[in-house]
Amino acid sequence: MSSLLKLSQVEAYIQQFHILHDINFEVPKGEVTVLLGRNGAGKTTTLRTIMGLNPVSKGSIVFKDEEISNQKPHLIANKGIGYVPEDQGIFGDLTVGENLRVAMKREDQETTERLEWILDLFPDLKKFWKKPGGQLSGGQKQMLAISRAYVNENDLLLIDEPSKGLAPIVVEKVMETILQMKEKTTILLVEQNFLMASKIGDRFYIIDDGQTVHNGLMGELKQDKALMKKYLGVS
Amino acid sequence: MDLIASLTVNGLATGMLIFLLAAGLTLIFGLMSVLNFAHGGLFIWGAYAGVWIYYITNSFLLAIIVAIITGLVLGLITERLIIRPVYGNHIQQILITLGFMLVLQELIKVVFGPDQKAVHPPAWLEGSFQMGDVILIKYRLFIIAIGLLLFLTIYLILKKTRIGLIVRAGVMDREMVQTLGINIRFVFMAVFMVGAALAALSGVLHAPYSGVIYAEMGLEFSILAFIVVVIGGMGSFTGSLFAAILVGLAQAFMAYYVPALSLAVNMLIMTVVLIFRPQGLFKVKG
Repeated sequence: MSSLLKLSQVEAYIQQFHILHDINFEVPKGEVTVLLGRNGAGKTTTLRTIMGLNPVSKGSIVFKDEEISNQKPHLIANKGIGYVPEDQGIFGDLTVGENLRVAMKREDQETTERLEWILDLFPDLKKFWKKPGGQLSGGQKQMLAISRAYVNENDLLLIDEPSKGLAPIVVEKVMETILQMKEKTTILLVEQNFLMASKIGDRFYIIDDGQTVHNGLMGELKQDKALMKKYLGVS
Repeated sequence: MDLIASLTVNGLATGMLIFLLAAGLTLIFGLMSVLNFAHGGLFIWGAYAGVWIYYITNSFLLAIIVAIITGLVLGLITERLIIRPVYGNHIQQILITLGFMLVLQELIKVVFGPDQKAVHPPAWLEGSFQMGDVILIKYRLFIIAIGLLLFLTIYLILKKTRIGLIVRAGVMDREMVQTLGINIRFVFMAVFMVGAALAALSGVLHAPYSGVIYAEMGLEFSILAFIVVVIGGMGSFTGSLFAAILVGLAQAFMAYYVPALSLAVNMLIMTVVLIFRPQGLFKVKG
């Protein structure tokens, strides 16, 4: 198993609060790794820390065999990591087209093909191309956020709770898309919706109180009802 | 009718000068949440550096170029040495930039002397046109034209180019912009320098308009620019244009009809806007 991203004994604070105590996990290339855990366990902080939006106080984050902890966010992004934040991070005054264009590092044939591919998956974005991002529905915003992270050729996508606040039918669509993206890129997913996580994920890590407490293959987790109940509240 | 036309041209010219000063300020605040009270210092340095060259060469075009270069250089120095250490702390920003504003103001007196300096428009911009009963002063029309030209240029850059998209996106959510692989600090420095150059340009254009320059006018004008930024909406470039024109016109008409209220009118407009639209006339959506 060749790992694309590896976190070892990562600790992080938000102001004076010690949020991450001991995070350890690896993201194998070509797979979907899911971070599971209850609200407030530290999943979002973990993604933000990988992206350099939150400082690492201890430990290491290695991406493609290079230490990236405490590097600036734009440098980390340019190493090949795309990020879809929990709040989607849509630029409300920019149109759908502008939101995508601002993210495009190049405007070459390859990027255009990726854009066309993602627009075929999300035809709504094509339909509302000139509509301001702030006027989209929650589902459309999520589709735009995912498209924006995908439009550049990234080696790894960090996606934070893509199903949050969405109607079941939209969740289904987002899930289908991530499954299709899985064929083309490696994904680290934070997800509370266990049904979605179990369908998409290849392996999982459970974070509890800022520590990785359990990991394994997603198929194994589905069988372990006690573990699911203890850490995820799923029965 | 001729009086109204004349007051309108006056108001528009003043509005354009304030707009040039406020445009940089609103982008700087919107992009990096920095309260730069030293902006008026850049205005006054642009005025003095430009007028100095104007005295020596008698070329107003050269004066404008030197003012812009002065603004760019001072903008770079201000961002690197004064602003960078106090990112994220508004109280420190106000204190240090206000202090730097006073330093810039006093340095003007050291370098150029404490006396006021009289400035006349260049020969090609002196005089007026007559349209019916209305007399239009050439230099004021020139200021309005320059203001509109710069507004359109910057507006098109912001709307049509990727760098413009990055700046607008940065105003809305600078953290997200960084995660797209964009060095927002570099973008900010560039915007800061452009904002400083606009302030300096405003200063040199203001010199022949008011006929005299003095070190303290930077602070007076920067207060006006802040009022405009608040009225227009923090971070809104178009909002700044509308607010600057509104303030310019209100000042011109009040100065004629109710002189006692000419200084208070800006505060009154700001108060009314803040009561009914606390986010300003144009809101930037994140």
